[in-house]
Amino acid sequence: MADKVYRVNMSNLSYKIEEVPANWMGLGGRGLTSTVIAEEVDPECHPLGPNNKMVFAPGLLSGTTAANSGRNSLGTKSPLTGGIKESNVGGTMAGIMAKLGVKALIIEGIPEDDSTFYHLHVTKDKVLIEAVPELVGKDNFFVLDAMEEKYNKKVAVMTIGRPGEMKMLISNISVRDPKGKLRSHGRGGVGAVMGSKKIKCITVDAENYKEVTYADSVKFKEASKVFTKALQENPISGEGLPAFGTNVLVNIINEAGGLPSHNFRTGNSENAEAICGETMAENIKERGGSTTHGCHAGCVIQCSQTYNDEEGNYLTSGFEYEMIWAFGANFGISNLDQIAKIDALMDDLGVDAIETGVTFGVAADTDLIDFGDGAEAYRILKEEVANGTPIGRIIGGAAGNLGKLYGLVRVPVVKNQSIPAYEPRAIKGQGITYVTTPMGADHTAGYAVATNILNSGGHIDPLQKEGQVALSRNLQIASAAVDSTGMCIFVAFPALDDPKCLPALIDMINARFGINLSADDVTNLGVNILKTEHEFNLKAGLTSADDRIPEFMKYETLPPTNAIWDFTNEEIDEFWNF
Amino acid sequence: MPDMISVTIKLFAQYREGKFKIDKRFYAKDSTISDVLEDIGLDLGKFPIGVLMVNGRHVEEDFVLQDEQMLAIFPKVGGG
Repeated sequence: MADKVYRVNMSNLSYKIEEVPANWMGLGGRGLTSTVIAEEVDPECHPLGPNNKMVFAPGLLSGTTAANSGRNSLGTKSPLTGGIKESNVGGTMAGIMAKLGVKALIIEGIPEDDSTFYHLHVTKDKVLIEAVPELVGKDNFFVLDAMEEKYNKKVAVMTIGRPGEMKMLISNISVRDPKGKLRSHGRGGVGAVMGSKKIKCITVDAENYKEVTYADSVKFKEASKVFTKALQENPISGEGLPAFGTNVLVNIINEAGGLPSHNFRTGNSENAEAICGETMAENIKERGGSTTHGCHAGCVIQCSQTYNDEEGNYLTSGFEYEMIWAFGANFGISNLDQIAKIDALMDDLGVDAIETGVTFGVAADTDLIDFGDGAEAYRILKEEVANGTPIGRIIGGAAGNLGKLYGLVRVPVVKNQSIPAYEPRAIKGQGITYVTTPMGADHTAGYAVATNILNSGGHIDPLQKEGQVALSRNLQIASAAVDSTGMCIFVAFPALDDPKCLPALIDMINARFGINLSADDVTNLGVNILKTEHEFNLKAGLTSADDRIPEFMKYETLPPTNAIWDFTNEEIDEFWNF
Repeated sequence: MPDMISVTIKLFAQYREGKFKIDKRFYAKDSTISDVLEDIGLDLGKFPIGVLMVNGRHVEEDFVLQDEQMLAIFPKVGGG
């Protein structure tokens, strides 16, 4: 059975199962979601109005036995940035959708009756759409439990908590992982879009799928072996990430003076040792828990973990660098356990680690809260944000809007999206990614930290301008292509340093579909995706004036490197000449 | 010790196991990072050098250390 497009219209609570149009056939993941959004969504539409759409699409290799292929893409117009958004996530959804033959799930319209929320259940033959008043006002783990009870422990689940129902810009869409914990479609306020469509949760049938078929299963197996070996033999994906998780970055970014601290006042933090990956790994060893946990089936990197408190009781999982940086270095909490408690609460509410953490950093420059006051941050999230009080709405409106409300200048956002855990002044290639990617400030769009700091793919001095635009462009093109395969972004580390890795990835795609893609074809795919997304943003009203760093970074030096943002507009705009 | 320099050495990730987080050591003038690596005795076969920084700037193993410098030694690490 060929894959199909499942299209749900929330305006009249109907669905259609359609053939895949010829020009979408070779696409998956980000390549497909951005193509559909560009073709079908008016760039000038209100992101929370009836003309915006959500497109969920597994990657080209999702559902196969390829290692690390379980990433799902979501495309929409972002209510945070006003531009196109692709957000990808682990969890079990991508694999199950792919095995069921769901090439894409497109959701359009808004119900006329907005008095309740709905649950969509996707099976091979139909989409059940039913009101779920009993889930309204509940958060993510309640919904997970309810869905496991209704179906089974394998069912794929996507859900929003109360902040998503209230269409807050910090809200995510949360996705069940293999252990029944949560991963997030993060950034850009995508939970608000799901809330605007009055969808509380989406489940996909995990009992009646068929394993995916291969045009050439022998070749696929051969390529898959080479690819898995490349992941396992690479020192980063094979050793560092499993042992210390993503949080191993705290110390190296801190050492380079690129760890944004005290709401982007300095590039290093006095809390680094207390919150770093080495400390986290020691705690896990002493307290039980696990340093290795995969966010999706088939992951061989296992960068995630489960983190317990001092008594050995479960605190949180998926405890990532970005979260720990945002609340530890940037907002100033020195106690890792307190950050873990906030992380667990944020998982339940479904709010974004980076957007929420940076918002608290900005809030600490107002009378709302003091730097480092983790107990108050927890209280604000649990009582104010979750209940939609005026203070909760202010925090839930994200950093850019908070800055405007309070007349602040030090507001670290690009296209209104919070800058993540790498200082653009001190890691300039990453800064170029923040200003140029169509996503708004997003580290995953083109991870120049790899080459600026980690010596992956060579080395380009992080403090010099030379070479950064080309570096960021090449990485953004490659990332757009990788985001279309369903592969985890950490495939980039072996791909940058092991010449066997990318050819094996392309061989797997070819063997899966019986096609003959070359490396150039894959590069062209990345180029086309980026150009499609950029074009959408221009039509949406964004201009090159939006491809800029916050002005304070152009006149305030960043200790300890005393770096400044010194790119001219012409140098930045050169990015799009390809 | 006129012909000696003091270097503060910081180790990270797997390099800390059985060693130290931070230590101040003395070396002969004109010592390079390679000399320091030999002195510390890290298991570079199992965990090859990823990044070397002196005072927060990336350097290579042949870098000649000066008095009072801070050397940070990382195996290959990544994340994001």
